[in-house]
Amino acid sequence: MRREGSAFQGLGIVLLKELADHFASARMRVLEWLVVLTALAAVYGAIQQVRDVTAEDPFLFLRLFTTAREPLPSFVSFLSFLIPLMAIGLGFDAVNGEHNRRTLSRILSQPIYRDALLFGKFLAGLVTLSVSLLSLWFLVIGLGLIMLGVPPGGEEMARAFAFLVVTIAYAGVWLALAILFSVVFRSAATAALVTLGLWLLVSVIWPALSPAIAETLFSGADQATLVVGGQMLARLSPATLFGECVLALLHPTTRTLGPIYLSQLQGAVMGAPLPFWDSVMVAWPQIVGLIAATILLFAAGYVTFQRQEVRA
Amino acid sequence: MTTFVIEANGLTKRYRTGTAVDNVTFGVAAGEIFGMLGPNGAGKTTTILMLIGLSEVSAGTARVFGRDPKREPLAIKRHVGYLPDSVGFYDHLTAADNLHYTARLMGLEPEVRKARIAAALERVGLSSVADKKVATFSRGMRQRLGLAEIVMKDARAAILDEPTNGLDPQASVELLELIRSLKTQGVTILLSSHLLDRVQSVCDRVALFNEGRIALMGTVADLGRQVLGGGFAVEVEAQGGTNVATHLSSLPGVRSVEQPAPGRWRLTCDRDLRAEAAAEVVAAGARLSKLSLDEPSLETIYTRYFQSAQEVPRAA
Repeated sequence: MRREGSAFQGLGIVLLKELADHFASARMRVLEWLVVLTALAAVYGAIQQVRDVTAEDPFLFLRLFTTAREPLPSFVSFLSFLIPLMAIGLGFDAVNGEHNRRTLSRILSQPIYRDALLFGKFLAGLVTLSVSLLSLWFLVIGLGLIMLGVPPGGEEMARAFAFLVVTIAYAGVWLALAILFSVVFRSAATAALVTLGLWLLVSVIWPALSPAIAETLFSGADQATLVVGGQMLARLSPATLFGECVLALLHPTTRTLGPIYLSQLQGAVMGAPLPFWDSVMVAWPQIVGLIAATILLFAAGYVTFQRQEVRA
Repeated sequence: MTTFVIEANGLTKRYRTGTAVDNVTFGVAAGEIFGMLGPNGAGKTTTILMLIGLSEVSAGTARVFGRDPKREPLAIKRHVGYLPDSVGFYDHLTAADNLHYTARLMGLEPEVRKARIAAALERVGLSSVADKKVATFSRGMRQRLGLAEIVMKDARAAILDEPTNGLDPQASVELLELIRSLKTQGVTILLSSHLLDRVQSVCDRVALFNEGRIALMGTVADLGRQVLGGGFAVEVEAQGGTNVATHLSSLPGVRSVEQPAPGRWRLTCDRDLRAEAAAEVVAAGARLSKLSLDEPSLETIYTRYFQSAQEVPRAA
């Protein structure tokens, strides 16, 4: 016998309430300022740099995102650093917070399923992140228009937009992870620390470690296997996937994200940009990987939450 | 057989570490206040969570309004109000906003919502603080806000987990008064508590929980008879007179007479013998100064029961 009613009853109500909470919270205010200020600083640096060096780059606008000027990192590296922080900040106390405030059993005794609560919280986090990232994106493009005085071309806008979508997917991964740990750990502080620890491991240590692991795993194999193996291992980290997506989307000359074989170079015009959709195809596995990771992590959190005891 | 609003039949909850609720069977009739009493960890909250479908049932069946909480939890939750043990609210929202959120989850229409919230807050005496943040509320106010939620829901049954826990005497008297007023509106109430004397005054029937099982069930008077053995205890205080004790013990229905202090006698009898005892004391030539009937107190029943329950395993 099926259980009665829709699993999503009350979803919209939870979503709206959580959204209101996010936008009104002091935590969100701090995160917003952090993101906006640092990103603006990076873009400002990039604009100075772009003005100095180039006039003939056909993708001048994309340089806004990727160019760094010492000592500041580029806008993209800033984002890859700050987005996980922001997502974790929004998600680390999603469920255990309800437990600790003792509101969980009261809310769940209303005619809704647990599904609606968890899904509503995830969506609210994702919408909050999307709204912040979208406004940031507009800010950067607006600043670029004013300071460069060159309008972006259609393809540039398409690439910038694809970049925005990938960024949101990347934020989704960390949000889903944070929510998973907020279900698993009853203490919000533990959940935050574990998520942050995992983030450090996965984005800083893992990419550096994976070639070494590949060497021990495939000892004795030829050079190509080692390189590919190391790259595969590194791609277990969402930070690597995000970095590769950015590379393919914002650097139109990128032809492949793996090692280049001679056969692939045949007939290629070196340094010529790929069309937009070809760039998307290059990054497609990575984009799918990011979305899949989000879904998997959310599903894990969902299953854990369904099986969890409500009582404090 | 009466139809029960809330019914548990052989309800069992097993965890990997042990059995929290073991084959519990009881029923709450419409319009009744049923008390689940017992020490902490006796399985009261687990039983409640299974009844409203917030916890999986390991064995047995639960029925609320004849529905299975495993299969039709929404239908049950639509008509049952639940006040969890030390209920929590969103501290950064006002009392009214907290209720607005749950009212929306209940699916109340915007127009109905406003009126119901105002009426519910009025009912529990929180209208003056409706627009204050819940962070400033005392424990008693939070409990009352929890009841307001049930009132707003227009619930046909209410399940209250430790409603008076942690409240000062004044606040818990007020809360019990509110619970009693819910009953007069025909709401069926299941409440759990380990504070016996307070709860005794509101419950029609009680079940004593111990280690996941129902040890005793019935009205307070029934339990008194079962556990304390004797039905009624009459206390007499008198001055003067001769052979008062002999006179009293000669009354039909008196099982024993004790004299805890000079001029005081304690009778254990089968029925209320106050009038007869008074006549007998006067006949013995004494001046009667006090006459009282001890109703069996739940506290006594409880203590006595658990004393004897503990002695058995220790002896074995």
